[in-house]
Amino acid sequence: MTTDTARRGGIRLGDRVFAGSAATAGALILIVLAAVAVFLIAQSLPALGAGPGELPGTAQNFWVYVWPLVFGTIWSAFLALLVATPLSIGIALFISHYAPRRLAQALGYVIDLLAAVPSVVFGLWGIVVLAPFVQPMYSWLVANLGWIPLFAGPVSGTGRTVLTASVVLAVMVLPIMTAICREVFLQAPRLHEEAALALGATRWEMIRMAVLPFARAGIVSAIMLGLGRALGETMAVAMVLSPALVVNMFLLTSINPNTIAANIALQFPEATGVSVNALIASGLVLFLVTLGINMIARYIVGRRRAFSGANA
Amino acid sequence: MSKRIEVTDLDVYYSRFLAVQNVSLTIEPRTVTAFIGPSGCGKSTLLRTLNRMHEVVPGARVEGRVLIDGDDLYAPDVDPVLVRRQVGMVFQRPNPFPTMSIRENVLAGVRLNNRRMPRADADDLVERSLASANLWNEVKDRLNLPGSSLSGGQQQRLCIARAVAVAPDVLLMDEPCSALDPISTLAIEDLIEELKQQYTIVIVTHNMQQASRVSDRTAFFNISGAGTPGTLIEYDDTATIFSRPSVQATEDYVSGKFG
Ligand SMILES: Nc1ncnc2c1ncn2[C@@H]1O[C@H](COP(=O)(O)OP(=O)(O)O)[C@@H](O)[C@H]1O
Ligand SMILES: [Mg+2]
Repeated sequence: MTTDTARRGGIRLGDRVFAGSAATAGALILIVLAAVAVFLIAQSLPALGAGPGELPGTAQNFWVYVWPLVFGTIWSAFLALLVATPLSIGIALFISHYAPRRLAQALGYVIDLLAAVPSVVFGLWGIVVLAPFVQPMYSWLVANLGWIPLFAGPVSGTGRTVLTASVVLAVMVLPIMTAICREVFLQAPRLHEEAALALGATRWEMIRMAVLPFARAGIVSAIMLGLGRALGETMAVAMVLSPALVVNMFLLTSINPNTIAANIALQFPEATGVSVNALIASGLVLFLVTLGINMIARYIVGRRRAFSGANA
Repeated sequence: MSKRIEVTDLDVYYSRFLAVQNVSLTIEPRTVTAFIGPSGCGKSTLLRTLNRMHEVVPGARVEGRVLIDGDDLYAPDVDPVLVRRQVGMVFQRPNPFPTMSIRENVLAGVRLNNRRMPRADADDLVERSLASANLWNEVKDRLNLPGSSLSGGQQQRLCIARAVAVAPDVLLMDEPCSALDPISTLAIEDLIEELKQQYTIVIVTHNMQQASRVSDRTAFFNISGAGTPGTLIEYDDTATIFSRPSVQATEDYVSGKFG
């Protein structure tokens, strides 16, 4: 009876209002995004065609100018994730599957609190605490393992190197990555955890059989979110590094590549003319880099969809 | 490969709550024993104490004794992980690992002990285990598909194959058919009949016909009210329990008067 009348009256008013506002909000987002894209592209064009002399420094053209920045961005974000990924997975596993309930809750709060610390504070911490603290270790590494290209000298006297900046970045992305990992680990079905335990799995074997494979897509999402933040983060790198426009992979020297975001923050106040367009264009490149990496990640997650557990 | 289970004066607690009280029973090798009784009387709890799976719940513990072929299951030097390799378990809802193929599911338990099993041996084990779960013919052409691509009844037989693959002495089944359709249920019941040749089987069931069809011995449990511990009321040959039980409550339960 009731369904008949509802159907005859068409969609209910509440549904219509909700559908309308959802559609408006969706359209609005698209319009804003399109406007930003149009602005970025329009402002970038002059830089793309600029010749020697117009661009900052001695760059012959825009690509020569932006390449070291792209490299520095990806390199520092990569290093940061190299540190942050195993750490956040480990902490999240400890919270979700090892720690007693009380401790797990307390740790969860601490991690969430860490997420609320402004990035300027992390930058200061990097300069004042971390850099002096790690400098002796850097000296030791250069003295003893300097034959490995990554650890080649001369060692930075201040400890403010790309590695330090990446560690600061890692600490900054750690909370969000840990929080996501913890959530997906907690959602691992009890059913499958018990299946593993009943086969005689130890707790760690159970995690490897029933938790980690299930959490794969979630872990990749966490890495992507962390990467997004590491790629776009300005303050940590801008404060810790006194950068150069170079491409090198030395972790411990005082000549370090800059990142796109930090370069924009440092250069924008003094930029004029085509330099402004060059900075905006570098922002566009950052956007494309982030987009590209995200698409690769989606592809990786999508490849084994049938085995994801989504159809269990 | 099958073993005798002796339970003596067993109490099971969830923290302070006494869930099962004072159970004593002996389960002979190569028999099927059914646990029946109303919901909440502790059938699953007791079953899980037979492979120490109850310890997964924080605060769960037992008092009393469980012997498997004379070895104390709860002796201080016994590792629960090793117990579970000897006493396999099949759950109420089929739970093949969705992230593994059918083949990998069968091998999941074996891989824990023997990571580097030669491929030929693995193939052989997969075929034998699936065959003994009456599943081989249905899946032999799609061993690399995800376990979750099978029907519910097939998934449950895959879980049985997975449990059998580690060559346990005892198989515990907690309402293995309650999520399945009647045809799949019959397939599992036939399978239990066959597995009995090799294993000691304990099955919890809510289905009276099932208990009388598949089991040799039946244990009836009951509770006197919510929050009271479950106790073993009567334990006897299945034929006796269903035709002339010695306790009135058993007769009322098996004839469908309550529960
Ligand atoms: N994980 C648990 N924590 C606390 N109490 C539990 C838990 N599992 C079961 N119980 C309690 O133990 C009693 C027996 O439960 P259970 O063994 O599941 O009964 P059955 O399988 O016969 O329906 C019930 O009172 C139930 O509430
Ligand atoms: Mg139960």
